[in-house]
Amino acid sequence: MKIRSLALAASLAAIGMTSAVTSTAAFAQAKEQFFPVLVYRTGAYAANGNPWANGYIDYLKLVNANGGVNGVKISFEECEFGYATDRGVECYERLKGKGATVFQPLSTGVTFALTDKAPVDKIPLVTAGYGRSESQDGSVFTWNFPLLGTYWVAADVAIQHIGKQAGGLDKLKGKKIALVYHDSPFGKEPIPMLQERAKMHGFELILLPVAHPGVEQKATWLQIRQNRPDNVLLWGWGVMNSTALKEAQATGFPREKMLGVWWAGAEPDVKDVAAGAKGYQALTLQHSAEPNSKVVKDMLEKVHAKGQGTGAKEEVGSVLYMRGLISSMVAVEGVRKAQERYGKGKVMTGEQVRWGLENLNLDQKTLDAMGFAGVMRPVQTSCLDHMGSSWVRVQTWDGSKWVPGTDWYQADDKLLRGMVLTASRKYAEEKKITPRTPEQCKQ
Amino acid sequence: MIYRENGQFKTSYGADQQIFPIAQDRWAVIAIIAFAFVGVPLLADEYMFRAILIPFLILSLAALGVNLLVGYCGQITLGAGAFMAIGAYAAYNFLIRVDGMPLLAALLLGGLTSAAMGIIFGIPSLRVRGLYLAVATLAAQFFWDWAFLRIKWFTNDSSSGSVSVSNLDFFGWNVDAPAEKYLFCLGMLVVFGFLAKNLTRASIGRQWMAIRDMDVAAEVIGIRPMWAKLSAFAVSSFFVGVAGAMWGFVHLGSWEPAAFSVDRSFQLLFMVIIGGLGSIVGSFFGAAFIVVLPIFLNQFLPVLGRLVGISISTAAVSHAELIIFGALIVFFLIVEPHGLARLWATSKEKLRLWPFPH
Repeated sequence: MKIRSLALAASLAAIGMTSAVTSTAAFAQAKEQFFPVLVYRTGAYAANGNPWANGYIDYLKLVNANGGVNGVKISFEECEFGYATDRGVECYERLKGKGATVFQPLSTGVTFALTDKAPVDKIPLVTAGYGRSESQDGSVFTWNFPLLGTYWVAADVAIQHIGKQAGGLDKLKGKKIALVYHDSPFGKEPIPMLQERAKMHGFELILLPVAHPGVEQKATWLQIRQNRPDNVLLWGWGVMNSTALKEAQATGFPREKMLGVWWAGAEPDVKDVAAGAKGYQALTLQHSAEPNSKVVKDMLEKVHAKGQGTGAKEEVGSVLYMRGLISSMVAVEGVRKAQERYGKGKVMTGEQVRWGLENLNLDQKTLDAMGFAGVMRPVQTSCLDHMGSSWVRVQTWDGSKWVPGTDWYQADDKLLRGMVLTASRKYAEEKKITPRTPEQCKQ
Repeated sequence: MIYRENGQFKTSYGADQQIFPIAQDRWAVIAIIAFAFVGVPLLADEYMFRAILIPFLILSLAALGVNLLVGYCGQITLGAGAFMAIGAYAAYNFLIRVDGMPLLAALLLGGLTSAAMGIIFGIPSLRVRGLYLAVATLAAQFFWDWAFLRIKWFTNDSSSGSVSVSNLDFFGWNVDAPAEKYLFCLGMLVVFGFLAKNLTRASIGRQWMAIRDMDVAAEVIGIRPMWAKLSAFAVSSFFVGVAGAMWGFVHLGSWEPAAFSVDRSFQLLFMVIIGGLGSIVGSFFGAAFIVVLPIFLNQFLPVLGRLVGISISTAAVSHAELIIFGALIVFFLIVEPHGLARLWATSKEKLRLWPFPH
């Protein structure tokens, strides 16, 4: 018995070593543009991770169905990391070896861990709607692209929206706004912006952290009952959101006074509470649930109708599915833009894709032609602005579906710019990075 | 036949008391270390270094520390993750708050801070033992988790609560490339490994083992339980703290308290239980098992699926990984409750009799 198990152990170890070595050595030279996909289809956040991943991959399939990027087909591979930072880094190393040219970690923790590695490996890091807020400053964060919005944008717009509802930002004086946040870098990101806004308008900010994964919130909502804030901002992810809504229902806090970040505004967050979450509002990263958009119809026709859909058909067009799809789209467009400069129909390198992402210019006409009419507004990045757009809408849950609002908000550019520059300069100083000058940017 | 000490005569006490009295063992260890220093950097690629070898080396060091406390002194701890965190955050604060602090000094000071905290949180061990002590050390875990999340000073007022370290400089040697990081970790592990081995052979290690086997009897023969237990906590926390600092500095580069959550504590305890309680080499086996096996399964299962012509979804692979990993832990614990180190020892015994077993 013992010898047998010893033999088993030895053979396992041997196979492990050989397969690890060979699997990284393969793939190295492919005639396809390789897209790594970090996903979490298991674990505490799987309900939200799944539709995102399906949307991401479906869009890559759609691009291939349409003939690739100027003829260059896209290949991709998933790596499951369960929202754990160390496994995420392992996935990054694994997929990097297979020729990755753009990474999207879908986790603020992993983004922080990879920010130092990306410049060394020369792989751009796209964090659409998450990541480090100060990485908007592309002169310091050369390889980070928080496209479409950061948490500081979200926090800024959230206060603007609450102010508008109250009848003007000056009416916020003396009010109490509570932030119920996931106790991780993701949840803590908006705090500096909210504190800044609290100073400007004279409202009181109450910080209520919730420990991962967020199923235990009784104490938090007891505090809300005691403090009676006028508004609650919900900065949650996964099961934390539905738990918070259930607790709000139990404590009788009006759902109309709750405003979620865009990661707290998808179907899995409210489905379980259904009618109990009626009136709950959430920010959107431009798009809401878009089942009627042209790109979704294309998707159903060209991918799902042929039986190549990644997930269920019903999920296509839901909020997180669209988020994954758009994240995928901006990365693909980065490659397309890079091809304009470095040769159409060629496989781009990480450095070339970085240039493409930095010079992304998706005007409304292009977006409409791609089927994103009504879904997105233009995105234009530059060396100094790696975000490209700060448009935000607010959507409301009507008990059975998300209804996008008609108002479009934009972050206060002056305020945002100042904070971004202060934080990015501090980072540059710590890391001894010399920010790129406008001349260097043009290269 | 090959592995036999016949004809190896020892003519001095020194020769009799050396760490590896059998010449074959000695040469094997020297060969392995030489291979690790020279051969591995030539053979391994970046993925091997960053995703497998460096985590393995650092967690081996942490497991070694836990093994000193749990395996040699018999004090169960569920707070190892917290002591890793103390080491990492203390080293971080020494590095950024003291101008010109050398890397090695920061790491060792991180370890010393962790050792001091280990003594404080080891005090309950003087009164309670077994499961009750495990619960008391769990308190350390929760307390430090809370402290590093909430007390801003520890994270240098970082708004996101995430801290980062870069430009590691080891006496003028810039530890930057994956192979350099590997060599740095390997060097530290070799030094600490021999330190641990010698500690367990010295009077202090014998005191720990006496306390582990029967503390009343140990007290009767003149061992002071307070000294023995607290020194075990201090030394163990020192090892774990240095490992934590290296985990943050060398492996992650930037980290948040979640990197040292209670899961990490359990992981380290499982390493020493599966590897072998009270065995230095067991710590390495345990670390290898827990670090390498999940990653291996994650990569191997899709390949296996392709061989038999089915494609397994990412989620299914991840679930299967957990199931197989769990099943293997149970399997090994049933087959050999004393851990992988015991399997190793048994096979060495058999090797000595080979090819004529009796």
